[in-house]
Amino acid sequence: MDELAAGTSPVHKLHPLVKFLVTIAYIYCVVSFSKYDLTGLFIMLLFPVIMFSTAGIPISTCFWKLRLVLPLVLMVGIFNPIFEGKAGLISMVTLMMKGVFALMASFIMVATTPIDGLCAALRKMHIPSVLVTLLLLTYRYISVLVKEVAIMTDAYKLRAPGQNGIAPKAWGSFLGQLLLRSMDRANELYSSMQLRAFKGEFFYAAQRKLNVRDALFFFVCIAAFVLARLINITELIGGVFA
Amino acid sequence: MIEFKNVNFEYEKGTPVLTDISFKIEDGESVGLIGCNGAGKSTLMKVLLGLLPHEGEITVGDVKLAKDTLDEVRKTIGFILQDSDNQMFMPTVFEDMMFGPLNYGHTKEEAEARVDKVLEELGIGYLKNKYNHKISGGEKKMAAIATILTMHPRAILMDEPTSALDPENRRKIINTINGLKTTKLIASHDLDMILDTCERVILMHDGKIIKDGTADEILKDKALLEANHMELPLKLQG
Ligand SMILES: Nc1ncnc2c1ncn2[C@@H]1O[C@H](COP(=O)(O)OP(=O)(O)OP(=O)(O)O)[C@@H](O)[C@H]1O
Ligand SMILES: [Mg+2]
Repeated sequence: MDELAAGTSPVHKLHPLVKFLVTIAYIYCVVSFSKYDLTGLFIMLLFPVIMFSTAGIPISTCFWKLRLVLPLVLMVGIFNPIFEGKAGLISMVTLMMKGVFALMASFIMVATTPIDGLCAALRKMHIPSVLVTLLLLTYRYISVLVKEVAIMTDAYKLRAPGQNGIAPKAWGSFLGQLLLRSMDRANELYSSMQLRAFKGEFFYAAQRKLNVRDALFFFVCIAAFVLARLINITELIGGVFA
Repeated sequence: MIEFKNVNFEYEKGTPVLTDISFKIEDGESVGLIGCNGAGKSTLMKVLLGLLPHEGEITVGDVKLAKDTLDEVRKTIGFILQDSDNQMFMPTVFEDMMFGPLNYGHTKEEAEARVDKVLEELGIGYLKNKYNHKISGGEKKMAAIATILTMHPRAILMDEPTSALDPENRRKIINTINGLKTTKLIASHDLDMILDTCERVILMHDGKIIKDGTADEILKDKALLEANHMELPLKLQG
């Protein structure tokens, strides 16, 4: 993730604060569509698609990295057809699209903004330092956790030939161990931070000032979202050709 | 420069891990701290850095270790952890090296000048913009030492600096250690490395100091080492 965020495309270069606000606006806009407005919602796909292609990140990366969360998002509307019949089918698809769109937009923001920049942007918006630091540490500890899981899974597999994955009866002790080990590790990491005079506030790389391009991006996006929300562009275009 | 006076410590009530530890290290000395697994070497270092509480008196420079002097003590002494993975927590080597100086209130320019100087001294400039999770164990150890050196410590503690390194990287670390002009306290059971880097040795067992003397005197004493579950350095085994 840190590597994706180190790119140099125009999207990467946007000010983190602007990206953050636009993403929030986008998600808000997407969620506020009526649950039967499938065609209206469709146009909103343009934003993430344009962002991904400008950033030079294949959309498949997003789905691959989020493959674990995706089913959950798709599950949300699954009962609508049962309760609402044919209309339910539309509302199910709309709901799924809302979820996927929001995910894509969040992903592109996170993937093109170094975590430092994001935290600095949050601090600028006067979000308390405790929360921001917590976010940053969670982000760092996730990699610790992932590493521990990998080590333990390997160790397990080596002594359980022919087993696919980890047997359910071992899950309890596996999780317990994982927790203890990551706590140990997190503790050591935290010591290392303390030893280097960490006082609860990171020094985020100095952020550059907002420039004209940031402002332009901001207003164009917001205007586009409002327009898309108020006018059903998909139908409009369809109407021209009908 | 570093002095322990009758220091005691226990993790759990009733099982002392450090018992009545007293010693004094002068400015510029290189001291090896040896002892078998569980002797209390790592614990002693953590106590010295104020990561664990203690009974007795610890002085660093002319500062007595206490809650309100933690900052000063930690600024004076740099600690190289046994596991470099736990030492580094920023995405890149560069950011990790900047972390300490920035926290001590140096400007970005000052901090960066320090980073570049240390990288050059250690001859690892090529690591500057590497990702921490993408460098080898030996490189990581060098980078970990670099993150500490940018803080300009007067003394350096190292916990098992050569564990899990191949002979070539081990040699590199030994040369690096010998090139450091600070006071050094090195915990290890790699007695050959201790022989190559330290003039003085403190031998611990079961949380007590068994002997404190010159490296020659202790590392050549087969009976003493064996009584404390260690062996002569390979170099002296003839
Ligand atoms: N977090 C802990 N809680 C309780 N006891 C501990 C803890 N860490 C270490 N100990 C105990 O303290 C004693 C000293 O451990 P320490 O890690 O200091 O030894 P060491 O000399 O560094 O050994 P090694 O050579 O294996 O690194 C051991 O008996 C160990 O079991
Ligand atoms: Mg140890």
